[in-house]
Amino acid sequence: MTETTETPPVAPAKVPRAAVPPRTGRGGRLPRGLTPWLFLAVPLALLITFTYVPVGNMIFYSFTDWDGVSPDRRFTGVDNYEQIFTRPELFRVFFVSFYYLAASAVQIAIALYFATVLSFDLRFRNLFKGILFFPYLINGVAIGFVFLYFFQDGGTLDSVLSWFGAGSGHAWLGDPASANTSLAGVSVWRFTGLNFVLFLGAIQSIPAELYEAAQLDGATRRQQFRHIIAPSIRPVISLSVILAISGSLAVFEIPYIMTGGATGTTTFVIQTVKLAFQFNKTGLASAAAVVLLLIILLITWIQRRLVPDEKVDLV
Amino acid sequence: MGKKKTLTGALLVAATLTVAGCGGGGAASGETAKSPADPADASGTIKVLTHRTDLVQNGTMDKYAAEFNKTYPKVKVEFEALTDYEGEVKIRMNTDDYGDVLMIPAAVAKNDYPKFFAPLGSAAELADTYRFSDKTTVGKKVYGIAQFGTANGFVYNKAVWRKAGVSEPPATPREFLAALKAVRAKTDALPYYTNFKDAWPLTAWSNNIGSVTCDAEATDKLAGAVSPWKRGGELHTIDSLLHDIVKGGLSEKDPSTTNWEASKGLIAEGKVATMQLGSWAITQLRDAAVKADTDPDDIGFMPFPVRKDGKHCAVLASDYQQAVNAHSSHKTAARAWIDWFTEKSGYSAKEGAVPTLRSAPMPSTLKDFVDNDVTFLERSEAKTGEVNTIDNAAEIGLNKPDYRQKLVDLARGAQQGSLDDYFADLDKRWNQAAGTAGS
Repeated sequence: MTETTETPPVAPAKVPRAAVPPRTGRGGRLPRGLTPWLFLAVPLALLITFTYVPVGNMIFYSFTDWDGVSPDRRFTGVDNYEQIFTRPELFRVFFVSFYYLAASAVQIAIALYFATVLSFDLRFRNLFKGILFFPYLINGVAIGFVFLYFFQDGGTLDSVLSWFGAGSGHAWLGDPASANTSLAGVSVWRFTGLNFVLFLGAIQSIPAELYEAAQLDGATRRQQFRHIIAPSIRPVISLSVILAISGSLAVFEIPYIMTGGATGTTTFVIQTVKLAFQFNKTGLASAAAVVLLLIILLITWIQRRLVPDEKVDLV
Repeated sequence: MGKKKTLTGALLVAATLTVAGCGGGGAASGETAKSPADPADASGTIKVLTHRTDLVQNGTMDKYAAEFNKTYPKVKVEFEALTDYEGEVKIRMNTDDYGDVLMIPAAVAKNDYPKFFAPLGSAAELADTYRFSDKTTVGKKVYGIAQFGTANGFVYNKAVWRKAGVSEPPATPREFLAALKAVRAKTDALPYYTNFKDAWPLTAWSNNIGSVTCDAEATDKLAGAVSPWKRGGELHTIDSLLHDIVKGGLSEKDPSTTNWEASKGLIAEGKVATMQLGSWAITQLRDAAVKADTDPDDIGFMPFPVRKDGKHCAVLASDYQQAVNAHSSHKTAARAWIDWFTEKSGYSAKEGAVPTLRSAPMPSTLKDFVDNDVTFLERSEAKTGEVNTIDNAAEIGLNKPDYRQKLVDLARGAQQGSLDDYFADLDKRWNQAAGTAGS
């Protein structure tokens, strides 16, 4: 409070300076190159503090045997990495990712279909858009809980099936195959909306004249999709595929909340979390996280090589 | 090119910061947190970290604090309840700021206690007064005092078991399984509930180690390459019982969607007959019975179905241990709180738990045990540190649910494999870890 009362006497002293041409990029005392950095300072500080420092720490931990609490830690060199690559059970969990990978293919197909259909004039178009996007807005933890009731013995799914006389009494989360399929299904339900919105945005940026011209030439909807829509949203599809693959490798919250990794639903990230927080092997878990990061970077790189980023030129 | 340089620069900065940031916390002084000779000696504001969010929210803890202030007027007690207690405290322990009084998180290795907590006195001195003090004894000094202890066993609905025609607590696992089968045949109740989905109730099975052979040092004996799951070993008996219950179809049909909160009501209403839990649960289940409008006295407690020389044994295990932060500036006040809370607050009696104070009587919830002449054994914790090291190195987790979830999966056929192979694998992992963890 006292500081505010002291400011007025100081302020006049600044007045003569203010008479000097204002500090613009050209005439001020600030070096020309510094101005963009001033604007960048805050985001960069945030980025470094919350991304690069933790990542750096993680890489550092991955070379130690730190247990996560103890003030002591020993350097163990590449021992953690050696363990990851020599213990097959640590890698076996990647097979679970195939369920999610298959699910993402379904997810992209569904999203693409609805995005195409809803980009044309349709009754209740916005309502359907809302319904499709809605699941993405719900918190992942809430989704986990909702679907836990859904898959419960005698839960929503079982009652719905019994209306059609198919009440199986199947324990959906009870055996590895159906548990992973169910969980992957939840993931499709949740993330279709995101893909859908990406595709819809891309489709709507296609000039309307193209459709008109195509219609005049007698192109069917299918042909319009094949020759206009698909080529023009290729970059977005390729982005979605990259996201789908990296997402499938790094699945975490849905299986963690719904099954805790029981019954063969452990994914690589769940396993990493368990190593770090159950067995206090922070060093090994960090190494696992680094390996996952490298795998995802590698896959993205390969994908960019196979499908180069070409410019879409429609007109 | 320019962009790449910037990124490299940022990464360099990050790397530098990383290395600089790894100094770790300051060293602990090792000064003892003494009990105040005179209540007036204790002063200051202390922060108590607790996992009992329920008691902080409903004001029970504040009532304890008000009661405490009648004796120690100069101490102000503040509570901080943490929902994910283990996870959050573990991370906070990398700084100096983790309250004045806290429950020792399981993640802290026993040998590290002197680095984090202030000693409370010598083992010789405290062991006479308090149970479970050896769990936190490092170098002949005690670092934590248990809130209370629990006995382990099976909670069951007496009315259901009576209806099934079983009145005596089973003396062998075979009798126990026969009793559960009778429950299935003669009543509508589900004989056993695993609480598989919530997982932590499965960890309590390990607390029966010692009850089987009536040996208080059974846990200590696991330190080393001893094949804990070999035939005749305690874990073999304990885990086989769980396996046989599930394999016999005596547990719930779909364990993957169980619900702990709901299970309290189920057993109170007699829809579930039996659950394996600590004695701390009895109070909660009786409360559930009151809520469900059934008779709370129907909730009974029976020991692990093994008799040694004609008698059942029950191992007493300690709950969270309260410790004083080594960096606290109000150690005397913190110690005063721990002493008062353990001895005078009436907390353990209210929770129906085994009191830490040796001189206090057993709670009424264990009346079933006292009546049936169950021998209480206080679990020796002399080698807990070593056992935990092996356990973590083997990634088995005696006190974690994963390996028992797999056991249940094997038993109900959700995963391929035989029980013997699984036990052999566990033994192998345990023995290998014992070989490397010692070095």
